[in-house]
Amino acid sequence: MSRADIFANIRRGLRRSEATEAQRETVRQRLQQRPRNIIPSRSQHEHDALVELFVRMAREAAAEVVELDSLEQLPCAVADNLEQKQQHELVLASDSALTELGWAAVHERVECHQRVAQVGDQASLTLAFAGIAETGTLMLFSRPDSPTTLNFLPDTHLVVLSKQAIVGPYEDTWDRLREASPGRLPRTVNMITGPSRSADIEQKLQMGAHGPRQLVIFLIP
Amino acid sequence: MSDTQTAPIKVGLFVTCLADMFRPEVAFATVKLLEQAGCDVEVPAAQTCCGQPAFNSGDNHNSRRIARQTIEAFEGYQYVVGPSGSCIGMLHHYPELFDDRDPWKQRAEHLKARAFEITSFLVDELGFNAIESRFTGTITYHDSCSGLRELGIKQQPRQLLAEVAGADLREMQEAETCCGFGGTFCVKYADISNRMVSNKTGFAADSDADTLVGGDLGCLLNMAGKLKREGRDIQVRHVVELLADMTDTPAIGEADYDLGQPL
Amino acid sequence: MDIKSPEFKQSARIALQDANLQKALGNLKAGFPGKRASAVARMPEFDALRDQARDLKNHILEHLDLYLEAFEARVVENGGQVHWCRTSEDARQTILQICREQNAKTVTKGKSMVTEEINLNEYLEEHGVQPVETDLGEYILQLRGDHPSHIIAPAIHLNLEDVSEAFHEHHHRPKSDDPAVLMAEAREMLRKQFAAADVGITGANFLVAETGSTLIATNEGNGDLTQILPKTHIVVSSIEKVVPTLEDMSLFLRLLARSATGQEFTVYNTLSSGNRRPDDQDGPENFHVVLVDNGRSDMVGTEFQEMLRCIRCSACMNHCPVYGAVGGHSYGWVYPGPMGSVLTPQMIGIEKAALLPNASTFCGKCEEVCPVRIPLPKLMRHWREKEFEKHLSPKAVRWGLGGWAFFATRPGLYRWASAGASRFMRLLGGRKGKIRKLPLAGGWTDHRDMPTPTGKTFMQQWNERQQQEKQR
Repeated sequence: MSRADIFANIRRGLRRSEATEAQRETVRQRLQQRPRNIIPSRSQHEHDALVELFVRMAREAAAEVVELDSLEQLPCAVADNLEQKQQHELVLASDSALTELGWAAVHERVECHQRVAQVGDQASLTLAFAGIAETGTLMLFSRPDSPTTLNFLPDTHLVVLSKQAIVGPYEDTWDRLREASPGRLPRTVNMITGPSRSADIEQKLQMGAHGPRQLVIFLIP
Repeated sequence: MSDTQTAPIKVGLFVTCLADMFRPEVAFATVKLLEQAGCDVEVPAAQTCCGQPAFNSGDNHNSRRIARQTIEAFEGYQYVVGPSGSCIGMLHHYPELFDDRDPWKQRAEHLKARAFEITSFLVDELGFNAIESRFTGTITYHDSCSGLRELGIKQQPRQLLAEVAGADLREMQEAETCCGFGGTFCVKYADISNRMVSNKTGFAADSDADTLVGGDLGCLLNMAGKLKREGRDIQVRHVVELLADMTDTPAIGEADYDLGQPL
Repeated sequence: MDIKSPEFKQSARIALQDANLQKALGNLKAGFPGKRASAVARMPEFDALRDQARDLKNHILEHLDLYLEAFEARVVENGGQVHWCRTSEDARQTILQICREQNAKTVTKGKSMVTEEINLNEYLEEHGVQPVETDLGEYILQLRGDHPSHIIAPAIHLNLEDVSEAFHEHHHRPKSDDPAVLMAEAREMLRKQFAAADVGITGANFLVAETGSTLIATNEGNGDLTQILPKTHIVVSSIEKVVPTLEDMSLFLRLLARSATGQEFTVYNTLSSGNRRPDDQDGPENFHVVLVDNGRSDMVGTEFQEMLRCIRCSACMNHCPVYGAVGGHSYGWVYPGPMGSVLTPQMIGIEKAALLPNASTFCGKCEEVCPVRIPLPKLMRHWREKEFEKHLSPKAVRWGLGGWAFFATRPGLYRWASAGASRFMRLLGGRKGKIRKLPLAGGWTDHRDMPTPTGKTFMQQWNERQQQEKQR
């Protein structure tokens, strides 16, 4: 009976019984029209400036940003990057945009797997849905070819982001997300800004708490 | 609003309990400043306390009684001015004490619109800055909470102090942090208050100023009392004493004669 | 958690003398306020965002039932279940029931103050379910049998040595004084727990009515591992966290991290909508949202309604000089600092919590930094009104006030009494200008001198001058 009690109590507090039609309409309108609130001026610029802002903010959040000339360069760049970290295993999202790249050329340096992540995985590679310039934030979401565990379990999280997918404020990604996932949101939507961290011991910031210790963003045209 | 030549501005002085009892000089300095700014100052006899002790103890019945008394006492004055952000801030709370249908609400709003702390009155309302005062020394300024956060008093006293010949302002760290006075708080939570005032006197000492200045006697008595107890050589004065060139009296908590000198 | 709020003064006195605690609190004061200030300085729209957030929260509260209904409907459409809990007891039972349906032995937990509020861990343990806190701070506290002293930095009262000691005892590894090593140790230990847990419990920072999503903001990523690895994800949230749309959530997210840690954005902001989709390879199969009221709906329409705007950023306690002096445990229950001084009396009763809303100088710093502009001093004062109305204030205070008011409403008498008191203190102080010990004012003179009045009262002197002028 808790539900009825809670609603009765709220309505008593609001000094009404059921909401009026006008009140329902106000709520319906807000939920349907989804008006934007103030958008900070920093995220309202030309696309080139937004790309620049994204890179700056992501780096400030301790993400590594590697700019590539083309997607084809990715396997080699990934191999180079993992080599620096003395890692040689990679779990890939089964997204065809990633799997169809020339991984064979680097197979001696990187051992690739396509599966969900497991405890002990060194590195993962996924494709970002969007980049939000305002705070250097990546947006990824769960789907059959991009399991969410890849975003959290491995020590190193490598993410491919197309410059085209960079927007200014968070709000621009909501519209795109609703388009990409009509009817309902994907089970999990992640906004990721830099690698995992904690300051729970004496307020001293340490990187790599439970999520990835490193976040590498490969920016492609 | 600085059209002071034509008709004098009629100001009712809100003395405040602490100035009345502990440091009348502060009220006299306020009168002097107001007169310099072209005001005709009167001291309504029917005033007592602003009512803050009752208000902050949740005793709204007595708060209302005192509010009504104060509103009546200052009826007919163009302005109500006092040397305290805290007490004037309390006058600004009066409308909250009455519900919308109560005719006293309107009167409380009317009082609120006319009630000013002295430095903000001079600067914001009169545009007055013809300070004729000299003070040799380095000073640091403590921003009292009510004045700062309820009335927006920050630059006004500094702007006026800049006109005092010889006074050199050195800001201390955390000038805006509470000194731990808080009315009855300092007795009810004496240990916490003590920690807060100790932090404050530490910051004041670190600023290397020889005089600590502020706009509220409650805070000033608290800080002066602590400085004396700690044996620190920092004098404490209300800002109006410096502005009105009335620093010949001993500072707060100082002896009224030089030790070692014959009486 | 035992209620120790009635012992606030004693706890505070002990806290002030606890050198380790004071050292730890120094970390808080050196960190949060400066970081917030820098973040705010980089966002010119910050104050305008605060105004908008205040107005939006007010709008939500005025339509709270409607937004909650919308949220519930969408959760169900997404394949989740919503459970309504009027009290802590309801919430504990509901959560235990879900755990039992899953035959759960262990549950991992993301950081959640609501689960502290309903005392969930103890209850689960008593009923054979082992909760494992995964937020680093909460994990440390669980090992020590301790409780959070801060709503976002739960272990702020501890120093490195305390953590080192606790880990050494429970992990059986050599002690380390390197926070990085300690964190790596916790990471390693908790990996196993994440993978083994049957149920994951997280809180929620926001509930989005439009999409039926819950959002958590964490820097560690523990909340994510808590919810994507076990078969069942339970979100425990209080009812006032609902927001209309993703756009509206964005407004609050812009304020939350900046107000809390001074970050531009929390590292992980994760939206969870229902259960795993048919073709997904990971994610929970069951999704439950446990909505806890626990006194909140009683605040709607009262003078305390504004407290329901709170987004739990902790800016008020980070900037509070009282919290900074005595730490969170002194407050004696789950929510410390200014927000706690308003919320705690609602949840445990003003009878037990009266000392909390009184433990403020009303300096107003909390209101100055609150991202949703909650007038915290005013709300604390409203609790003092309740206390006074219910005759709970100490007798000395009531009599003192009564006596004082008798004089204060009689100007002639008041002046006579002031003149008398002034004369008395001048006599006591002699010509030293100060008194070292004043009867009935020990709270003052134990710690500081009392400056003496400099002469007759202003009113006496003013009247004498007026008389003299008349005679001239």
